[in-house]
Amino acid sequence: MNYVPNMNRRSFVVGAAAVGGGLALGLDLPLGPQVVRAADGAPEVNAWVVIRPDETVVIRIARSEMGQGTLTGLAQLVAEELECDWSKVTTDFPTPGENLARKRIWGDFFTAGSQGLRMSHELVRKGGAAARMMLIQAAAKQWGVPAAECTVDKGVITHKASGRSTTYGKVADAAAKLEPPKDPPLKDPKDWKIAGKGVKRLDTPDKVVGKTVYGIDIKLPGMLSAAVKDCPVFGGKLKSFDGAKVQGMKGVKKVVQVGTSAVAVIADTWWRAKSALDALPIEWDEGENANTSSASIAEWLQAGLDVEQAIVGNQQGDIKSALAGAARMVEAVYSYPYQNQAAMEPMNATARYTADKCEVWCSTQNGEAALAVASETSGLPATKCEVYKTYLGGGFGRRATSQDYVRQAVLIAKEMPGTPVKLLWTREEDMTHGWYHPVTHCRMLAAVDANNNVTGLHMRISGQSILATVTPGRLQNGKDPATFSGLNPGGAEAAFGYTIPNLLIDHSMRNPPIPAGFWRGVNINHNAIYVECFMDELAHAVGQDPLEFRRRLMADHPKHLAVLNAAAEKAGWGKPAPQGVFRGLAQANSFGSYTAACAEVSVNGNAVKIHRIVCATDPGHAVNPAQIERQVAGSFVYGLSALFYQECTVKGGRIELENFDSYDSMRISGMPKVETILMPSGGFWGGVGEPTIAVAAPAVLNAMFAATGKRIRSFPLKNQGLTLA
Amino acid sequence: MTRLTINGTARDVDVEPDTPLLWAIRENVGLTGTKYGCGIAQCGACTVHIDGVATRSCGVLVSDAAGKQIITIEGLAQNGVLHKVQKAWIDHDVPQCGYCQSGMIMAVAALLKEKAKPTDADIDAAITNICRCGTFQQAREAIHIAANA
Repeated sequence: MNYVPNMNRRSFVVGAAAVGGGLALGLDLPLGPQVVRAADGAPEVNAWVVIRPDETVVIRIARSEMGQGTLTGLAQLVAEELECDWSKVTTDFPTPGENLARKRIWGDFFTAGSQGLRMSHELVRKGGAAARMMLIQAAAKQWGVPAAECTVDKGVITHKASGRSTTYGKVADAAAKLEPPKDPPLKDPKDWKIAGKGVKRLDTPDKVVGKTVYGIDIKLPGMLSAAVKDCPVFGGKLKSFDGAKVQGMKGVKKVVQVGTSAVAVIADTWWRAKSALDALPIEWDEGENANTSSASIAEWLQAGLDVEQAIVGNQQGDIKSALAGAARMVEAVYSYPYQNQAAMEPMNATARYTADKCEVWCSTQNGEAALAVASETSGLPATKCEVYKTYLGGGFGRRATSQDYVRQAVLIAKEMPGTPVKLLWTREEDMTHGWYHPVTHCRMLAAVDANNNVTGLHMRISGQSILATVTPGRLQNGKDPATFSGLNPGGAEAAFGYTIPNLLIDHSMRNPPIPAGFWRGVNINHNAIYVECFMDELAHAVGQDPLEFRRRLMADHPKHLAVLNAAAEKAGWGKPAPQGVFRGLAQANSFGSYTAACAEVSVNGNAVKIHRIVCATDPGHAVNPAQIERQVAGSFVYGLSALFYQECTVKGGRIELENFDSYDSMRISGMPKVETILMPSGGFWGGVGEPTIAVAAPAVLNAMFAATGKRIRSFPLKNQGLTLA
Repeated sequence: MTRLTINGTARDVDVEPDTPLLWAIRENVGLTGTKYGCGIAQCGACTVHIDGVATRSCGVLVSDAAGKQIITIEGLAQNGVLHKVQKAWIDHDVPQCGYCQSGMIMAVAALLKEKAKPTDADIDAAITNICRCGTFQQAREAIHIAANA
């Protein structure tokens, strides 16, 4: 019954001499005649490419796969340069421990911020190109001909003049012994044959038969399971528990304190562990945050809208004079709630601890951070720890923000040395112990002159910083640059798309004791609502068409404008919509990509029907157009679920909502028809998984305003009695 | 011991009778394709067929499932041939993270047995699974493809 997943068995050996611990310590030596081999004996041409004698090409994928398609996209980029047969490609996740032992040969494992492809495309393409050159070189050497006279197509190397040919599988061993080229040239993307094409995902077949192994599915010989409860109040502690009350329950092995704030039951099955935990008498020391509530947080954030000093993110001209000299001002105050990522797979990790080894199996967006946490928690050096990454049942930033579940799993495993223990959170534990989409309030205040020109804008954000919570070391003189996603004065990552002569965008940082974390899109989601809904408000205030109004302010931002124009045109902006249907626009630049949407909505009483959303995106390069379309449509589900349904309210210092019955998510019935215009303009690499999420909500809100004349400025919409039809 | 019939095979499981079927399937029988998502029959990730009816297994007690024919995602293919829904899912590249997809595929397979050519309204009413990646557009298209296969 026990199934040991592949990644548990994989190890590397150098030449014939196995290195203790299974790691290829010899890899930083000049390669020379040494051949690094995968566990099955197949030679590693280089860190990215292993070729088996049967011509199977194993491409190593350092980044995590959580549904966003990075695994397939990275494999396409390697295969493109490698010139192998795509139908022979399979993939493998190198472990963080191997990366450490090999001096981070695979680079960064961190998988968030829509960085999977755009931050590693060059590294992996060079890996593929170098492997191709070595394979050709090996064949040329065998034949005694110049490598330049050899060609390769789908893994078959040919020397036309002598009529000889061979295959990658036959020369891989010899290629692995060659000196790798220093700086292999890369193809021009216009010559791509595998990359740039909408090839099917590599991970689908296993997913439709239930074979894919996620963290929750790990099985190891002799494994036990654990259920945990952490103090429901953030910052609180575990006061006491009465383990004797449940110790005799069937299957229960041990009841253990976990750190200072949690308690876990370890049992032969998780259901028995969870049942015993439910019966366990626990007392909490709720600590100083026990009086924190949504109302107290809102009051504090509201006050931040009025303070004089704030952290400046974008400043042009003189906003004070512009406001003082305005013919009139337009003002609106918005707010955005806490939201849980609610990945379908609840947090979990399996750990096995002994005095000289700590191993962790888990779904994580940051394998190297998981390794660091395993080391820190076990007290063992990182070289004696290992993390085996599985597929992720969703991540959305939660599994990048914190490896808290890894920490708990290791603490629990330390109580049972030698025995693997799988820790799984209930959905309730997951919902109430998150790292939430931060709360912010925002005042938009515009100066308009007598000719209806916008002469000034002050955007004041008051609220929480993610970096201050998660990685305070990344603050820049107290400023959280991520707060200003989509609002920056320039750059290709997340620039403000409007030219307003007098502009001030600033942030009164207020960090309530509810942990903030990364989320799909995250800061850009609320920033795009604030900016794009307010632009719509301004257009109406000055009596201009929302598209024409934007065009005038966006003339100096051609990439922002190009996607907006494309979405508006395809949606039929300016032409009559079907009876009862209204349109709304939005645009944003985040994670290096330009995005815009035009939504078509009808409102019938409290029921909002989103008929269609046309989305245009310019990600620079498009590695897999078919998967980009899927990410666009999927991001809209995520963004619109947030808009309509999702708020984690706080009462008594704890999150009130515990499950999908009160924290709903869009179903297939609410899915609008999504039409994607993919317009990669080249010259830069933008992200895909997140950028488009930001334009869905403001486009829909602006369409709802067009339908009803009523502007909604706090979310989710369920609080206004509105539902998605 | 409770005797369950899963994918045509009798399996004796040593669990308390009030154990949810989901956990007996995952932990005692060892079939992990059926997923835990919420435990309160909201998300549908744990959907299996019980006597042919799509059922959220987290809300069914083992004692109530005994003696019935239980089919999980691992048992949907027959004699090594994928079910037409699984095939359509592959052809149309539906899954993203894939975690909820076992449950969604089981729900769709049951729908197609009841209604060979479901309308969009039929799909909206019958398929209420949560998918956080949001692959609904592809799923709807694949359902129609499977229905016409």
